[in-house]
Amino acid sequence: MRLVLAFLAVFGFAWGAAADGSMPVVPAATGDPHPEGNDYWRVHHMKMLLHDRDLTMRDGVRNVMPGAEPIQASLGECFDCHGVQDEAGAYVSYEDERHFCRVCHDYTAVQVDCFMCHRSTPSDSTAHRTMATPDDPSSIEAYLARLAQEMTE
Amino acid sequence: MTNRAEMTRRDILKSGAAAATVTLAPGVTLMAFGGTAAEASGRADSGKRWGLLIDASKCSPDCNDCVTACKTENGWGKDIESDHISPEQAPEWIRKVTLRDKTTGRTTSAPVMCQHCEEPPCVDVCPTGASMKRPDGIVLVDKHICIGCRYCMMACPYKARSFVHEPISDQPEQNPRGKGTVESCNLCAPRIDSGRIPACVEACEKAGHSAILFGDLKDPESPISKALKEYPSVALREDLQLNQGVRYTNL
Repeated sequence: MRLVLAFLAVFGFAWGAAADGSMPVVPAATGDPHPEGNDYWRVHHMKMLLHDRDLTMRDGVRNVMPGAEPIQASLGECFDCHGVQDEAGAYVSYEDERHFCRVCHDYTAVQVDCFMCHRSTPSDSTAHRTMATPDDPSSIEAYLARLAQEMTE
Repeated sequence: MTNRAEMTRRDILKSGAAAATVTLAPGVTLMAFGGTAAEASGRADSGKRWGLLIDASKCSPDCNDCVTACKTENGWGKDIESDHISPEQAPEWIRKVTLRDKTTGRTTSAPVMCQHCEEPPCVDVCPTGASMKRPDGIVLVDKHICIGCRYCMMACPYKARSFVHEPISDQPEQNPRGKGTVESCNLCAPRIDSGRIPACVEACEKAGHSAILFGDLKDPESPISKALKEYPSVALREDLQLNQGVRYTNL
């Protein structure tokens, strides 16, 4: 509840009145906006991440199957749009106070533990986000086909 | 979308309905979807059990490709991780072990990683439920609730688990790992979930050894099941009766 109040204090009352430095300036994102709207995400992002982390971690749901249970909040995908670049154009990590998450979390003094384990910058490789096709040599199907061929030879 | 919980519940019901269709028309419908109901939902499938069969006669003592591939895939093994500790304490998901018969002098080499027991001692001892076994037989650590007590490291007969001692950054997206938690081979669960073979299996095949055979132990027609049925193989410390998912042959 305290968290929600803190967020209301930040985002509800004085959003945008940040140019004087008294409020956090949220870094602009790229990509399409969230269909649920920013207000929804500001209040509910933690619950969404918490729900889907167990689905992924314990049940192996990774949003790669068509028609599968949808993973709507994936921490890795946040930074596809919410990466913040420094002067040199490199993405800043959570160590940097300009990081997307830190801008608000520093202001509200809410500690984020996610990045003790998760990477806090856009990923170099996104192969695991899509289901392997049979023509991908590292796919299970291609592997089994190679084994079958070996056995017949 | 105002009520996300409601949405999700409806989606789960929908996927349940899809599963019912599959069950009502067995055989044909299953073939048409190309998988089981669990597979269609994207969940780890309890109808499968992933395993490895390691042929020590094909494993070269000089080759370390499986270990290197594991490091690259899962992001462990950087120098910074062992700066303040002895090498024995450093993170290690997979290692090469060389055995020498004292009488004959014959040496064999094979990789040892988490053996993915059916009855995992690491899961038995975990006080928080972080050490867990997925429905498809993969044993892994849920680092969200791991408190770093390291009971599982004590319990594991294979020294398969390790502890992260140093703060780390730039982890691979699919394999979050960090200071204060225990970790071990997860059979490349993120790769398996997206239809790919584990990194060590791929590397071993690329190196021309194909010493690691990967497959579904519950499917009697899979190459690994057929090989296990046809040739003698052993599980390490078979006396503990843990029924590992990783087995060895020609050791």
